[in-house]
Amino acid sequence: MKVLIPTPLRSYTRAREVEASGTTMSELLADLERQFPGFRFRVIDEQDRMRAHMRFFINGEQVFDLKHPLRSTDDIQIVQALSGG
Amino acid sequence: MARKTAKSKARAKKPAAKAQAGRARPSRTLVLVATRKGAWLYHGDAARKTWRADGPHFLGHIINHVVLDPRDGRTLLAAAKTGHLGPTVFRSTDLGRTWKEAAKPPAFAKAANGEKGRAVDHTFWLTPAHANEPNVWYAGTSPQGLFRSEDGGVSWEPFSSVNDDPQYREWMGAQQDGTPDGPKMHSIIVDPRNPSHLYFAMSGGGVHETVDKGRTWKPLVKGLEVVGGFDPNTITFHDPHCVRMSPSNPDRLYQQNHCGIYRIDRPSNEWVRIGKKMPKQIGDIGFPMVVHPRDDNTAWVFPMDGQTVWPRISIDGVPVAFVTKNGGKSWQRLDSGLPKTQAWWTVKRQAMAADAQNPVGLYFGTTSGELWGTRDEGKKWAPIARHLPEIYAVEAAELR
Repeated sequence: MKVLIPTPLRSYTRAREVEASGTTMSELLADLERQFPGFRFRVIDEQDRMRAHMRFFINGEQVFDLKHPLRSTDDIQIVQALSGG
Repeated sequence: MARKTAKSKARAKKPAAKAQAGRARPSRTLVLVATRKGAWLYHGDAARKTWRADGPHFLGHIINHVVLDPRDGRTLLAAAKTGHLGPTVFRSTDLGRTWKEAAKPPAFAKAANGEKGRAVDHTFWLTPAHANEPNVWYAGTSPQGLFRSEDGGVSWEPFSSVNDDPQYREWMGAQQDGTPDGPKMHSIIVDPRNPSHLYFAMSGGGVHETVDKGRTWKPLVKGLEVVGGFDPNTITFHDPHCVRMSPSNPDRLYQQNHCGIYRIDRPSNEWVRIGKKMPKQIGDIGFPMVVHPRDDNTAWVFPMDGQTVWPRISIDGVPVAFVTKNGGKSWQRLDSGLPKTQAWWTVKRQAMAADAQNPVGLYFGTTSGELWGTRDEGKKWAPIARHLPEIYAVEAAELR
């Protein structure tokens, strides 16, 4: 599935959009980590919580749970939220 | 006394001449500046008069510390995060020409099911370990955590003896017990005589010591004051801002604390408040403290306004450093070259450093983004760089 990457993470992906796979958000992030080492810890903390200023959308709808199921046709957006100056 | 003949004089000169020929190339000072928006490296000329700026590195990243490994003279570690992304550590083995991210940055252990675990917000402090332990580093984080790397900063392991110890967790307090930017572990110090002997400090949470390489730790807070009305026997209330070991005498430590300036001479376990001799109108509150590389009686502080609502800026808008040359018995003002009025900045706990030259060069970075230096131990200050982002840390290192 397609994953839209925000600018702070493009030093890892070198691309605005990448392909990744998984049947859950957790698996998707594991695949992104496999392809782009270091990626996951920048967006998910060591307690498996989404970091405060990162947002995850599936087909335009925000999700908060890493167990959220995914279909191969889903479009994923990772977005940076406001975090001050 | 026998008078030297011309011949004996010539003989006497020979060893000196030989020493001259074999003398190592003089070192150049490198000043490493960590800011809220990136890192800069300033390369000094031999006289420390002109400085070449190398940066920004990691533009836009929040850099809390950049440290050169004195054991190889070319490896740098940088503690980084951004406004959005989680914390990490970057490593360079070519003095900043290229950087590579740590494979496993400092992170707390995963909490058991049903328990709320902690997450590292940022790595705040980096310390190279003992000279006999190449590639070993220590890191302190916010919230308070202690970490060790044995592969030069590529992967980091937590100290469960601190990070997960119930007593230490209690002493660390909660988020509101820390600094406005989060509670921090800092001032990780390695005894140059013994790699198993370490200190660290927590804001809040006091100063602590181990003699068994971190298996067990003990508080070292006797003699330190806490905010009025609170019990100094409660470790949580202690707020050491900056602890420094004397490079020429590892038994002597100095400390700038939330409640004064202190010194301890080991094996004593009691700190002595030496800031009482500061001028009354200045007081002895501040963040940084620096010790002379060859004289354990000489140390510098940079006082700030800790009255009323704690503005944390230069007192009356007039920045000034103070030096003691007798272990804290007396203090002298050092403000030549510094602004005389309307300078409302301060110097954070990591943002003042000394080089190893003779006379000693001192460097400090301000919350308003200015880097200042002196080539004569504080007699005359001059700006090195202006218009940088807010400066979080300054380190001075020698390149050979």
